[in-house]
Amino acid sequence: MNFETTIGLEVHIELKTHSKIFSPSPVAYGAETNANTNVIDWGYPGVLPTTNKGVVADGIIAALALHATVEQHTHFDRKNYFYPDNPKAYQITQSDKPIGHDGWVEVDVDGVKKKIGISEMHIEEDAGKNTHERDYSYVDLNRQGTPLIEIVSKPDIASPAEAYAYLEALRQRIQFTGISDVKMEEGSMRVDVNISVRPVGQEKFGTKTELKNLNSFNYVQRGLEYEEKRQQQVLMAGGAVQQETRRFDEKTGETILMRVKAGADDYRYFPEPDLPALNISDEWIKELGDAMPEMPTKRRERYVNELGLTDYDAMVITQTKEMSDFFDATVALKADPKMAANYLQGDVNAFLNDNHVDLQATKLTPDNLAGMINLISDGTISSKMAKKVFKAITNGEEPKAFVEAHGLVQLSDPAKLQPIIDDVLDANPQSIEDFNNGKKRAVGYLVGQIMKQTHGQANPQVVNQLLMTALKQ
Amino acid sequence: MANRITREQVQHVAGLAKLEFTDAQLDAFTPQLDDIIGLFETLSEVDTTGVEATSSVSDQLNVMREDVADNWGQSEALLKNAPDAARGFIKVPAIIDESEDNE
Repeated sequence: MNFETTIGLEVHIELKTHSKIFSPSPVAYGAETNANTNVIDWGYPGVLPTTNKGVVADGIIAALALHATVEQHTHFDRKNYFYPDNPKAYQITQSDKPIGHDGWVEVDVDGVKKKIGISEMHIEEDAGKNTHERDYSYVDLNRQGTPLIEIVSKPDIASPAEAYAYLEALRQRIQFTGISDVKMEEGSMRVDVNISVRPVGQEKFGTKTELKNLNSFNYVQRGLEYEEKRQQQVLMAGGAVQQETRRFDEKTGETILMRVKAGADDYRYFPEPDLPALNISDEWIKELGDAMPEMPTKRRERYVNELGLTDYDAMVITQTKEMSDFFDATVALKADPKMAANYLQGDVNAFLNDNHVDLQATKLTPDNLAGMINLISDGTISSKMAKKVFKAITNGEEPKAFVEAHGLVQLSDPAKLQPIIDDVLDANPQSIEDFNNGKKRAVGYLVGQIMKQTHGQANPQVVNQLLMTALKQ
Repeated sequence: MANRITREQVQHVAGLAKLEFTDAQLDAFTPQLDDIIGLFETLSEVDTTGVEATSSVSDQLNVMREDVADNWGQSEALLKNAPDAARGFIKVPAIIDESEDNE
């Protein structure tokens, strides 16, 4: 039996606003427990929420970034449920008029391009956080009221690999708008997943299961791969998939039954009476659209078509807006694009990983990186010397000044190199004889001796040239 | 009396509100809720032909505040007012963790 798979993803993205969505309490990490809360966040009787304009703006920006239609007559709805992280006993969210609908992102899986639809996206408030201990649970409401955007995919995702690619495309586009950090490891991006399989040709979707505890894109893909296979095996054995929630086990890569879903959720949505509806003007949408930075897909096209980067290079450089902006600024300072791309992917990324920092938190600047690359391009320093210079520019040092202060200038002048080469040849007649007997390795030895004499400053290309000429005489 | 709400529906809604009713309470509440719904049904006597549906009874629109953070410094008072607190947390009876995430 052949099967087709349908995957649905709900992605929650935490917005980087200054204040909460319905109260002026600060949105900030690392605050003392419950310190960033007020009577509105606690859901006291008689308090009134007010809508944060910044959150609505971010919702519009996200809609534009994901090619969605902005719903200009939008409002909030009340979703009722009881849980101690939610002191009002309802969440203010959007149900029948979400801020954006019918968007898409393009993904590329093994060279095949595909558009994946987004059915809707809405703005809403996050809940607090519970910590469970043996006899009691403990509630911290700092997160209560943090603004979120929830993005719901259309049932277009047909494989775990596509799910991964969709999440990556979503992450990048949102990251480039600057409205969120979109980091799964920090909880500013969270993913809920459902999956069903059905025999090819069957019109009705199969019964879907939900997966929890998927804390990275990799786990999403692995969890889905396991679940896809499990459901196929159930069906092939003549069984039926149950509607249930399963937990992904990071150690084994398996999914484990958490609970069986009984009946549909009953949240009794109704329009939020405490918040007036919104009429989003054409002017506001245009203003936000005009201020949007160039999106990663556009940048990749430019890097490949205009700057001659490979698809792979372009993809790595556009992982974050900061990296891509840094690259653009470096190239604007006349640095060779290929070399700039190589340094960013290689030494810069290694430096960031080793120190667990983001690019913008370092002392690296496009000025200094471009300065160093230009010193390599014009032959002043070798790429070997550049290792030292790179270290210096990570400390914020100016490359030219560093090179001069440390005498790192490459020796490229034949008039200065020739006497050194002659001396080395005089001292090593055996090597010359070896070379004449066809032993190519002798050249390497001689170059090594010359580099030693010049304390590593000789330009290897020039040395090679001069040495070969001398040996062939 | 018209049956506008059943005993099962009352039980279901009570369950959603995490309330447990005895049989006697269900017997008492069902007709009472039925009467309340009946009262609201008076509204459907109004002819609304040609009136557009609305999500709000207010004619206000676009009431928004700028995104400026302001900590009102109320957490200490709020914690004092909580039924129980410990180490800055609100202390509640142990929860069996069904779902940490909101959907």
